Amino acid sequence: MLSNELKSQVQYVDVLVIGAGPAGMAAAIAAREAGIENLLVLEREEHMGGILRQCIHNGFGLHRFKEELTGPEYAQRDIDKVLELGIEVRCGTTVLSVDENRFVTAISKEKGVQLFEAGAIVLAMGCRERPRGALGTPGSRCAGIYSAGTAQKFVNLEGYMPGKRVVILGSGDIGLIMARRMTLQGAKVLACVEIMPYSGGLNRNIVQCLEDYNIPLLLSHTVVDIEGKDRLSGITIAKVDEKRNPIPGTEQHFDCDTLLLSVGLIPENELTQQAGVEMSATTQGAVVDDSLQTSKEGIFACGNVLHVHDLVDFVSAESFRAGKAAAAYVQGKQRKGRYVTMKDGNGVRGVVPQRLMIPEGEAEAIQVMFRPAAVYENATVVIRCNDKEILRQRKRIFTPGEMAELSLKPDMIRQIEGDIVTVEILT
Amino acid sequence: MNQKIIIIGGGVVGCAIARLLSRYEADVTLLEGGVDVAEGASKANSAIVHAGFDAKPGSLKAKLNVAGAKMYPQLCKEVGAPYGQPGAMVLAFSPEERASVEKLYQQGVENGVEELRIIERDEILRLEPNTNPDVECALLVPTSGLTSPYELTYALADHAAVNGVQFVMNAYVSAIHKEENGFVLETSKGEMQADLVINCAGIGSGELHNQLSDRKVRLIPRKGEYYLLDHVQPLLFTRTMFQCPSKMGKGVLVSPTLHGNTILGPSAEDVEDATDVSTTAAALALVNDRSRMTWPALSLRNVITTFAGIRAHEENGDFIIGAVEGCPGAYETVGVESPGLSAAPAIAEMLVGQIASENNLAEKTEWKSAPMRNKPFYAMTLEERMKAVKENAEYGAIVCRCEQVTEAEIRAAIRRPVGATTIDGVKRRTRAGMGRCQGGFCSPRVLEILSEELGIEPTQVTKGGGNSRLLVSTIADAMGKEDA
Amino acid sequence: MEQQITCINCPVGCRLQVTLEDGQVVKVEGQSCKRGETYARQECVAPTRMVTAAVPVTGRSIPVSVKTRSPIPKEKIFECMRQLAGLQLQAPVHMGDVVLGDVCGSGIDVIATKTVE
Repeated sequence: MLSNELKSQVQYVDVLVIGAGPAGMAAAIAAREAGIENLLVLEREEHMGGILRQCIHNGFGLHRFKEELTGPEYAQRDIDKVLELGIEVRCGTTVLSVDENRFVTAISKEKGVQLFEAGAIVLAMGCRERPRGALGTPGSRCAGIYSAGTAQKFVNLEGYMPGKRVVILGSGDIGLIMARRMTLQGAKVLACVEIMPYSGGLNRNIVQCLEDYNIPLLLSHTVVDIEGKDRLSGITIAKVDEKRNPIPGTEQHFDCDTLLLSVGLIPENELTQQAGVEMSATTQGAVVDDSLQTSKEGIFACGNVLHVHDLVDFVSAESFRAGKAAAAYVQGKQRKGRYVTMKDGNGVRGVVPQRLMIPEGEAEAIQVMFRPAAVYENATVVIRCNDKEILRQRKRIFTPGEMAELSLKPDMIRQIEGDIVTVEILT
Repeated sequence: MNQKIIIIGGGVVGCAIARLLSRYEADVTLLEGGVDVAEGASKANSAIVHAGFDAKPGSLKAKLNVAGAKMYPQLCKEVGAPYGQPGAMVLAFSPEERASVEKLYQQGVENGVEELRIIERDEILRLEPNTNPDVECALLVPTSGLTSPYELTYALADHAAVNGVQFVMNAYVSAIHKEENGFVLETSKGEMQADLVINCAGIGSGELHNQLSDRKVRLIPRKGEYYLLDHVQPLLFTRTMFQCPSKMGKGVLVSPTLHGNTILGPSAEDVEDATDVSTTAAALALVNDRSRMTWPALSLRNVITTFAGIRAHEENGDFIIGAVEGCPGAYETVGVESPGLSAAPAIAEMLVGQIASENNLAEKTEWKSAPMRNKPFYAMTLEERMKAVKENAEYGAIVCRCEQVTEAEIRAAIRRPVGATTIDGVKRRTRAGMGRCQGGFCSPRVLEILSEELGIEPTQVTKGGGNSRLLVSTIADAMGKEDA
Repeated sequence: MEQQITCINCPVGCRLQVTLEDGQVVKVEGQSCKRGETYARQECVAPTRMVTAAVPVTGRSIPVSVKTRSPIPKEKIFECMRQLAGLQLQAPVHMGDVVLGDVCGSGIDVIATKTVE
């Protein structure tokens, strides 16, 4: 309970956005454009832009801007818009707590501890990289082991090289991008090692980051030992069987001073959990409805904190919807209808949204996203309710490295009669 | 003139001895081979303050463990180190293990451990509902405690330093020569002279002992590997859960830490290389497997790291503490393996008492109290945080988001009397980098702060001393330049 | 001659089957948009790539990120990097500023992709 003195310090904000990366900026822009004046964005870094600031490679914005931008350029477009709209953004401000009543505490050097009560909250904290510890890879705990994003920050934002002879574990996009980046910057990248039989990154990145530089991609391999006393001196890799267990006798050794890890991203949901929001074990993000509202009224989530995306363009699109929905919530535009649950069927992992409102009046088209559980060629995805097929779409290839997106049209939504809708891939 | 005393080794024992010696009129220097204190066994162990039921009655281990454990609450309060007493259980899963638990009970009583009790399945499951229901009975040990071994070591070192003990890091002692009037030490920082030497070199103490004494000892490096789980989930065990001991040690335990993490381990394997603290797939698999005996629902989903520590096992199994036989002026603490952490305060008290009386050391008139650390930010209340940031704006910059460590605390850790000089030093003093992301987000900023505070280039900052640099060059220097 | 390539224009990464005769592309299959064909015709004859990098700025702790304004011949990538390594920029640098004109004689400029004041 707050003392009366503290209560007087609480600032009321209609919409509070946590994070000023691409998700937070898009949500804030959408909220302002929907008419929210009392709007505040809190960002823990000293600058807006989030992880895009260090993604200096090109390939962003094709969907949204119909041109190919680098990360900083993509971010700048949103930053310019935020400034143009006069949205207040407090950088260097870390949110310390969020509760289900939308009471928020934050701290910064300039303003000290700040207390807020928000009409609606948009969670846009992004994600973090899975560290070595989570893999349980045995060996030395020497220097020279970095997550790929940390190395990217050192190289691109601080101008330092973390190593010279590099092996990359995991073929996530950041790892692939860093393989090229380190090579261009004078390092020798010896191999990219992936435990799965397929890459976790986009095809285009395998071509232009590995193949262009003759960097071997070793699928179904993993690191089994890490050597080095102070600094990394070598690693041993081995082939793995179908259960991902190393096969004795297939070991290969590399002399290297650096191991970069690109072994997955995890939505950063500590605040979300604090607020008591229902979580999905599959996406490791909040369970949301089609307006991106979580199980706690007035708390919305979007971008990589909700589920890890491949493309910032889709993060922005999702976050515009979240910002708009948060504004509508504050403005009292309540939706009426009944909820149905969306479930992962065969070959489908982490459908978002997990709940769908079948509105009483006009329905709007809904974006449904998920990750294929494996690689499926020439497969069909089906959305069904009970035995009724709502949507059927054929695709040449589904891979876990690429998020699949489906659009549920208003006429399809009207066909949903049961309580459970399943998304599945027919093989 | 004051006698010159050199302590070799900055583990928990060396630092506890340094602290107590700093009460006396003497010129005390502590030489540490590593880049920081608490770099050996003191940084990688189970963090348990054992009650003392495990050691053989009549042994030094038993005597000093029980005495040391009783000193812990007061000592930790005095120096500002974490301590808690959640209690422990030793689980028995078979009639043979029941017999073993009964033996531990007898031994504990004989050693002077208080409040011991044997409890049956129902009570075990009531007290610790996540325990394997196949358990038969357990020894309940209410006086079993927890500390943070490296934080305790830092606190002891800081207290010694403010009372005049000199700490010299990266000073590895390779040889000690007994001269007519004292000792000459060959170190990686050159030759040094001393009137008295105290060998607290952990796993290296056997080698130094053998240089000074004709009665040879043999230390066997015994590696123990651990899992550490994140504190995101509520603790499933409130006590330290032991299994029955074997001849290799106390067995695999499942225990909370004082920071709310869960620790699993250790394995126990005798190894050749005393510096090899790498983890192995086999030992980790064993820890995982054995831990499930205690905790069937164990999930490794929340593992944040694995680590290994080396214990100095003396082949006869007891501590060797006191004056080195046949070498006046030399003292030692050799073979200090578990329960060495628990015994450390008592070891220091016993040995410093002996040194002071044998060498007529006079007590100082003034002994400064320990320089207390501020309460960590993560443990502060809202009001305390408001006050802290008002007094020092750097409390407003959260550097480690997983553990909520602020810039103010990182700078303070570097500025301590025996301050952090490396990324790992900052991590163990502040918890920055100890969380879920394992330093992924904060290490670049910690590196920057270290470079500022120490006045060195970012490329000179190391993870843990030696050649463990994080950055090898600037991007410009990494490439052959060409005129544009 | 048949050649298999992966289109890198967008994240879909279409697998293209390209038929070449006398070093000329005569047929492209497998693309799901027009850019795929354009890419294949370029890639099989004279491949090009965008180059992005970071360049230090005197007196600033943060380097400035840069890119080639358009793709340059693939074989010139390392030469381009070497030329960039010789650069020492002076603040302020603004997004869009040319930091290096006509890199490696390609006729293409390298421009800043962010602003360092």
